[in-house]
Amino acid sequence: MSQRIPVKELTDSFRGRAVGALADAQLRTNFRVAMDSLMKKRADAFPDEEEREGLRELGNHIKARALSRLPDLLEQLEAKLTENGVHVHWAETTEEANRIVHTIIESKQGSQVVKGKSMVSEEMEMNDYLAERDIECLESDMGEYIVQLDGEKPSHIIMPAIHKNRRQVSKLFHNKLGVDETDDVNELIQIGRRTLRKKFLEADVGVSGVNFAIAETGTLLLVENEGNGRMSTTVPPVHVAVTGIEKVVANLRDVAPLLSLLTRSALGQPITTYVNMISGPRKADELDGPEEVHLVLLDNGRSGAFADAQLRQTLNCIRCGACMNHCPVYTRVGGHTYGEVYPGPIGKIVTPHMVGLDHVPDHPSASSLCGACGEVCPVKIPIPELLQRLRQENVKSPDEPAVVQGGGSKYSWKERALWRMWMALNTRPTLYKCFLWAATRLGKLTPKNLGPWTENHTAPVPARRSLHDLAKAHLNAEKTSGDRS
Amino acid sequence: MSARDNILKKLRAGLEGSTPRPDQFDETLVTEPWQYAPEDRIQRLRSLMETVHTEVYTLAAANWPAKVQELLENRRLANLLYAPGTGHGQQLAEFWAEAAAEQNLLAYDRPIEEWKEELFWQVDASITGTAGAIAATGSLVLWPDRHEPRLMSLLPPLHIALLKASEVEDNLYVMMEKQNWPAGLPTNLLLVSGPSKTADIEQVLAYGAHGPKELVVLILEDA
Repeated sequence: MSQRIPVKELTDSFRGRAVGALADAQLRTNFRVAMDSLMKKRADAFPDEEEREGLRELGNHIKARALSRLPDLLEQLEAKLTENGVHVHWAETTEEANRIVHTIIESKQGSQVVKGKSMVSEEMEMNDYLAERDIECLESDMGEYIVQLDGEKPSHIIMPAIHKNRRQVSKLFHNKLGVDETDDVNELIQIGRRTLRKKFLEADVGVSGVNFAIAETGTLLLVENEGNGRMSTTVPPVHVAVTGIEKVVANLRDVAPLLSLLTRSALGQPITTYVNMISGPRKADELDGPEEVHLVLLDNGRSGAFADAQLRQTLNCIRCGACMNHCPVYTRVGGHTYGEVYPGPIGKIVTPHMVGLDHVPDHPSASSLCGACGEVCPVKIPIPELLQRLRQENVKSPDEPAVVQGGGSKYSWKERALWRMWMALNTRPTLYKCFLWAATRLGKLTPKNLGPWTENHTAPVPARRSLHDLAKAHLNAEKTSGDRS
Repeated sequence: MSARDNILKKLRAGLEGSTPRPDQFDETLVTEPWQYAPEDRIQRLRSLMETVHTEVYTLAAANWPAKVQELLENRRLANLLYAPGTGHGQQLAEFWAEAAAEQNLLAYDRPIEEWKEELFWQVDASITGTAGAIAATGSLVLWPDRHEPRLMSLLPPLHIALLKASEVEDNLYVMMEKQNWPAGLPTNLLLVSGPSKTADIEQVLAYGAHGPKELVVLILEDA
């Protein structure tokens, strides 16, 4: 199989990494098995199509409504949270967000942080930032912990260690924690539990993400199955939540459909084991919970996507991961090939706003536009449409204003000229006829090397007679024979 | 200008000329598919919770302290964390004294800082009340307060929860409405739908990830 894939130098690009991933049989099996199972679980969780479609419509409505008054809702959220005793911080960049988190930790002379699963903190590369400042920042979600222990990044937003099998985890635990190797998943989890429980106990600060921030009540809602999110937000004396500005919803009741969509789309579960709704720090007479709660609201390019009415839909995302589970490209190349925090279809439409299209020029093109992602998206983000839009944005000429940062990075005057010629050819009949005559008579002269096309295919040779010619001849023959009868 | 001002300014510029969308929340979408006849409601809750390894018992309200003792005995557990300031906590303590039960009752009556190590490593089980349950998803509603703190349902390997049969609602939306959640939420409202679990390794389900390894629900039928 791998022999048929052209050998290309592995470069630091999507293409290069994809070639490597496609040749890795273990990785492909791990993803194939996991994605098949996740797709089945989702399908089983939505047995009634009418119910599912109604709920997706409502999910889309709630997010679109929230975005249509996003700045007001953010202010309302801030006011409510402040009233509840939560400190609210704003950050335009990940650097700023890291600085805010670091300042909070420093003010408590903290040196140990435990983290519940948070994609925004991955976006910030918070672990590295804090490590450089001698603060240990430990992941406590089992999957994230495994990935961190191996010095890797998550390969899936819901199942961070999905690319590893139990033997790989067992070896890792053996090497890093000095425990005996075991093929028993339960035993592996218990090793994680014992190791991390000690860390929860010692931690000075707990960091978490947020699934939904509710403006009406000033509430941060987190979903999880393990209990590490509750640990991180309840045990340490300080809790810092980090989230993107798009996570705010207007009302508590908005959460009812969104929760159902999120857990069913992500894992096929009617609900997660824990739904954790935090509305403030420990009250004076309460016996546990953090004494301080902070929320960091991060922009990091989101306001850029927001500025364009079509691209704004990117911010509907509730991070369920269903689009990647159903993506034929993701399933084959795996999460690490994308080289960024958010992989898969959602990664392809959200990352350009964070790092610039010029940094991820292949992202919008790494799709067959089969449409599966858009079909399963619980909040109906038209992902294929947005991918096409980003492709267009990335070939805009430098004279046109860039809508997305780093846009126009794939612009080529040669390509543009070629398409102009193609257009002229197809809109001028005389020119077209001349071209057709030449192509059918001189087809043998087609070059053997046609760039990327001939990497995987033989060069096409035009037929000796065009379809148009053949049809004409056929009709003439019929006419003649018709005249005879 | 501060980051806050910059962000809000950019967002407002993006919305220029547009109007906020009206609220067209169709509540039937989250209520109608999730309605149950009274006799099916508890059955639904029970079967969903049992699917995720929760033990569920239905018993007459007066009998629950004895059941709790039996659960501890069967598991050979040495102690039980309880909330002395609650009605059920007092009931439990009375029963324990009368029955001269040998399991040690631990009262959660001081701040966590004073006994963190003990709470983390030495407590075998806990018992808490609930603020009802949701049949549609098989979830308990926990409303922790100063009498019954948050960690009671998280740290001990076994969590026993008391649920009044009359407080089971059809779905989350109805629960929010009936209890008027927007009017005032506790510091930490929780929905708990089983013991702690993870599927992070090969998607193999394993229980007891970070929270309780076992969850037992005692459904109390009103006498």
